[in-house]
Amino acid sequence: MKVSAFLKKYTMVFALVIVFIFFTALTGGRLIYSQNISNLLLQNAYVLIMACGMLLCILTGGNVDLSVGSTLCLSAAAAAKMLDLGAAPGLAILVSMVIAAVIGLWQGWLIGYIHIPPFICTLAGMFLFRGIARVILDSKTIAIMNPGFLNLFTSYIQIPGVDSNKKCISALIVGIIISIALTIFMITNRAKKAKEGYQVATLRATIIRVIVFDVLIIAYSSRLMGYKGIPVMVLWILAVVVIFAFITSQTVFGRYFYAVGGNEKATKLSGIDPRKVYFWAYFLMSILAGLSGLLVGARIGSVDGNMGNSYEMDAIASCFIGGASAYGGSGTVPGVMVGAILLGVINMGMSILGLPDQYQYIVKGAVLLAAVIFDVVSNHKTGKS
Amino acid sequence: MADIILEMKDIVKEYPGVKALNHVNFKVERGEIHALVGENGAGKSTLMNVLAGTIPFGQYTGDVVYNGSVCRFHNIKESEKLGIAVVHQELALIPELTIAENMFMGNERRKKSGVIDWDKTFQEAQDAMKRVGLKESSHTLIKDIGTGKQQLVEIAKALSKDCKLLVLDEPTSSLNEEDSRMLLDMILGFKKQGISSIIITHKLNEVAYCADNITVLRDGQTIETIPNPDHNIDEDRIIKGMVGRELTDRYPAREHKISKDVIFACKDWTVYHPVYTEKCMDDHISFEVHRGEVVGFSGLQGAGRTELAMSLFGRSYGSHISGQEFINGKEVHLKNEADAIAHGLAYATEDRKTNGLILSETIARNTTLARMDKIASKRGIVNVPEENKQAEIYVKAMHTKTPSIQQNVGNLSGGNQQKVLLAKWMFAEPDVLILDEPTRGIDVGAKYEIYQIINDMVSQGKAVIMISSELPELLGMCDRIYVMNEGKMAGEFSADEVTQEKIMSAILKDKK
Repeated sequence: MKVSAFLKKYTMVFALVIVFIFFTALTGGRLIYSQNISNLLLQNAYVLIMACGMLLCILTGGNVDLSVGSTLCLSAAAAAKMLDLGAAPGLAILVSMVIAAVIGLWQGWLIGYIHIPPFICTLAGMFLFRGIARVILDSKTIAIMNPGFLNLFTSYIQIPGVDSNKKCISALIVGIIISIALTIFMITNRAKKAKEGYQVATLRATIIRVIVFDVLIIAYSSRLMGYKGIPVMVLWILAVVVIFAFITSQTVFGRYFYAVGGNEKATKLSGIDPRKVYFWAYFLMSILAGLSGLLVGARIGSVDGNMGNSYEMDAIASCFIGGASAYGGSGTVPGVMVGAILLGVINMGMSILGLPDQYQYIVKGAVLLAAVIFDVVSNHKTGKS
Repeated sequence: MADIILEMKDIVKEYPGVKALNHVNFKVERGEIHALVGENGAGKSTLMNVLAGTIPFGQYTGDVVYNGSVCRFHNIKESEKLGIAVVHQELALIPELTIAENMFMGNERRKKSGVIDWDKTFQEAQDAMKRVGLKESSHTLIKDIGTGKQQLVEIAKALSKDCKLLVLDEPTSSLNEEDSRMLLDMILGFKKQGISSIIITHKLNEVAYCADNITVLRDGQTIETIPNPDHNIDEDRIIKGMVGRELTDRYPAREHKISKDVIFACKDWTVYHPVYTEKCMDDHISFEVHRGEVVGFSGLQGAGRTELAMSLFGRSYGSHISGQEFINGKEVHLKNEADAIAHGLAYATEDRKTNGLILSETIARNTTLARMDKIASKRGIVNVPEENKQAEIYVKAMHTKTPSIQQNVGNLSGGNQQKVLLAKWMFAEPDVLILDEPTRGIDVGAKYEIYQIINDMVSQGKAVIMISSELPELLGMCDRIYVMNEGKMAGEFSADEVTQEKIMSAILKDKK
């Protein structure tokens, strides 16, 4: 690959690295304190998770789901109310996820089968579900205090004897195990494909990839080691991201989203039902919004009627910063994750610096615009129109 | 000495990695019709973009001499001002606006105060339409008139700008024979009024019919300019210049091994329009196709051929469909496109860009789209290396010109896109392949290769249904030809009895 093509492909990764170094320097290294690194993903859990679903919606043709912030609030409100009434955590979670699934069925059906424009349908959902959430909350704030529920989302994995709050060796050990497993998997997978006579990346490229991933994993886990250990919430995030990355890149089902976004008519004539594709995009999006509601509710420890306001915009912004096309048909989960983390780093860096909210909005807007302008202009130059 | 209206001298235009125009010289005499021919990618459109200023001065080298002076156009407005008008292949009209609004788009008729003078707009539009023989109200919306008439609107629009040199880029590619002929006669009429025309086309019979001179481009270079004073030039003479070799036969020969087995048939197939449900598009159509047979469907635009094919292909078109469909002698009730594919049907659309291909995706992904189960595990996990391997096989087999199978289809030329579309449906391994205008807008060399692919298909005992508006192609390729007109079957001919005249008279007789 030529240098220019390489730079173009990984622009946002470089942007992330530069921004990261920039804020590390500006905050005098406070950004890379163990506590901050650990919190970086936890604070942005809802963005990372919902951006996966939002990517599916955007892939189908630049469509977005505006209702996810409200769905998130409704899911959290339902869980909080159930717990408040003395329900078991399992039941509360079940009720929340059923509500999210019903919302998903409802919007997926309206958009896929009744052909309601997604923007309008989800705008209506945004009002509807927030209203219902406030009815459930009775316009009050409900605290979540059930320890079982909180543990499921906000605890840290600590092995007695090995770990203490100051130093969690287990985090580092898990990190090292994961990187060894990943190394073995990537190398053997390449060898297997090569043996079957398929074209594969060069050995050098594979090794460089492996090293970069290993270094990142170990660096991250050594940071976690310094602050309470592996957060359970990271496991939730990882599970969702890995599943969605797999779906979009490796499965026939995932291909359909790209195909519909690229050319719906051609996709239909190829024997694929676009209605189903739209349905699944919005259904999965709502499920993820419901899950995010549980995570955010547990993390904050209480739910009020304003929870999740404008969260949908964070998810949408992450997708576009991460290289998803505003016209649909292109974008990847890893790219979107880079976009989400980039936003997260900027937010955190500015918070540490003590910049007030208003400046954070300005910077967020500028970054989003810059990313999209860059995307459009650089693609235009290579003749993709 | 001849009166030269336009001379393009030594034009060079480079794109990264490719010389689109390599020292091209091109001369047009005043008042002539000059045909510009060449294979796809020969540089015809690029040359016209230089002329019109779409490629601004500075991005090419060489001189454009118009009316004796060197011109340096920076945009289309500058060339329009001097009377150069280009009508592009893809019509640039806005469907939801009226003919008049479209005609004066960007060039609005205004009152002194600056507001649009609607009376003047509609009146002038009506006058311009009269010049091209378009009998419509200028208040009509573009979407309510057919492609042929839209083409006329474009030309009227060009004329309304007081045009001296008219450039037409493939004006007849989406027109049927009758409409094409009318359009060419109109251009001949302009010639009498002193307007010079440059016409780009792949249809060589049109070139022979109307052009005074023919310039052949190949690989970005001027090959020759052939005079055609008597309008009777031999088409093979032009082809020789275009491809650089003599195509001894434009249609590859095949052994006719038609079996008695009927592989596909339909009976009393009736289809209504999906929106205007009282409008009958296909009325009790019956036909059959045998193994090893190429069956042609001829007819004018709007004869209902595409509608017939699409409705048979898993009801992908129409409403209130009735009639029987048989595959291998058994009646089938295809619910949707996936069902049709599973039953061994394939339909390669006439409109590869909007209905056929995903332009933003790679050749590899387009090739496998209709049958991803072939390259995926039972659980639906795609084997990407296997997909690439398959795509590579088809690129090689079909001689698709591309640097890599990872190239986006949108970056390929029309002929190569068509090959990818065919590859996609070959990959689906159909028993019956329906090809709708398989060679529209592609060059002679690519056409020949596509004919060969069709021959390979039928020699394997499959069948091909070919819908085409080009009569010579149907005569050259088909074993049998059905003629349709206005949704009805108007005739059936076997290869040894059919002539162009017989087909046309079948249509015309039916019209009465």
